[in-house]
Amino acid sequence: MNVKQYIAARAAKELKDGDIVNLGIGIPTLVADYIPSDVNVFLHSENGILGVGPTPDPEHIDQNLVNAGKLPVTILEGSSFFDSASSFAMIRGGHVSVSILGVLQIDANGRIANWAVPGKSVLGVGGAMDLLEGSKKVIVTTMHTSNQGESKIVKELTYPITSERIVDLIITDLAVFAVKDDGLHLLELSPGVSLEEVQQKTDAPFQLAESFNKGKEVTA
Amino acid sequence: MSKLITCEDAVKKVKSGSRIMVGGFGLVGSPLSLIAALAQSEVKDLEIISNNLGEPGRGLGVLVRQKQVKKAIGSYFTSNPEVVKSYQEKEMDVELLPQGTMSEAIRAGGAGLGGFYTPVSVGTKIAENKEKRILNGKKYVFQEPLKAHFAFIKAKKADQLGNLIYNQSARNFNPMMATAADVVIAEVDEIVEVGQISPEEIVTPHLYVDFIVVKGGN
Repeated sequence: MNVKQYIAARAAKELKDGDIVNLGIGIPTLVADYIPSDVNVFLHSENGILGVGPTPDPEHIDQNLVNAGKLPVTILEGSSFFDSASSFAMIRGGHVSVSILGVLQIDANGRIANWAVPGKSVLGVGGAMDLLEGSKKVIVTTMHTSNQGESKIVKELTYPITSERIVDLIITDLAVFAVKDDGLHLLELSPGVSLEEVQQKTDAPFQLAESFNKGKEVTA
Repeated sequence: MSKLITCEDAVKKVKSGSRIMVGGFGLVGSPLSLIAALAQSEVKDLEIISNNLGEPGRGLGVLVRQKQVKKAIGSYFTSNPEVVKSYQEKEMDVELLPQGTMSEAIRAGGAGLGGFYTPVSVGTKIAENKEKRILNGKKYVFQEPLKAHFAFIKAKKADQLGNLIYNQSARNFNPMMATAADVVIAEVDEIVEVGQISPEEIVTPHLYVDFIVVKGGN
């Protein structure tokens, strides 16, 4: 399992039987591969599908059946199709249990930036703002630092904010944080990761959650 | 009175400066034959309302490449780098909306509403110049409805009256766009006799559809 798959597998553990789940592009897409077999969830895709199934074999690709990342998918029994306005009414209306999203930055309050890069033309937002606003629970999956080694968990966003809504859970390759009214709470460390490393690579202040035990080994 | 016309006759109705809604999520559910006919025509300065502007040289991307588009309203244009280039070189204007706000604005346009308040985009760049309002303690921004002179949509099947059904995730924006334009032209894979589509199956009732063209047909 590579590091992105590790993050996806950790996120998959948060899903509960019966959840309606929307998966963003990137690491979130991988979550579908790690959902425990005793947990039945229904994958929602904002281009108008409830009940998305696995990726088809090349010979079964149907060009009219794609997910929001425009990748070919299948559907499961009990699935349905609907138009975009209905799909986003589901999202905005609070009918999606969990959205798992990628991010560019997260601030000390748990607000995120994931749609635009400073200094570049802002020409794409897609469903990012809708999903963040409307989903009952938002889980963020991301590498802890950027490719340049900068912390993605920052005191203040320098990238354009996606929504004033704070996310619920942050899962990185190094650690898991819960977001509370008073900021970030470190819940657990990934195997082999020290608290010192997380402190060093996290620009935003955080506190240790009550349940946090730095001696505890976390298994993937 | 038959609604069936050719793609060429369909695009003859469009004038330079027309505002056209075009269905599709990327190329999926996009009326590619109508777009190809538009690309063969001389019209320019078009204002396009569509989630994306195709891909480089494909779908609406052809109109971008031929500089026929003056303005685009949609949610995700970064999938076509030629749109980014066109925008940076000031050949084309772009208005970005969150995808749910865009689809609801089209729905509102077709449903005779004067707009709506949405919590989506509050506090972001997209909401900067929009009216804000607090309702029951929650912040909202006002979104005006979207309407157009034409809607070019894609469906799987029409009957002779113009009742439509769609194909899986190719439905996307097409049913709303069918309601929100002065002239609605549906490109379909197949036309069947009236009665061959069950009333329970019909997604777009025929009153919305002015003309039908057959995919790849002329």
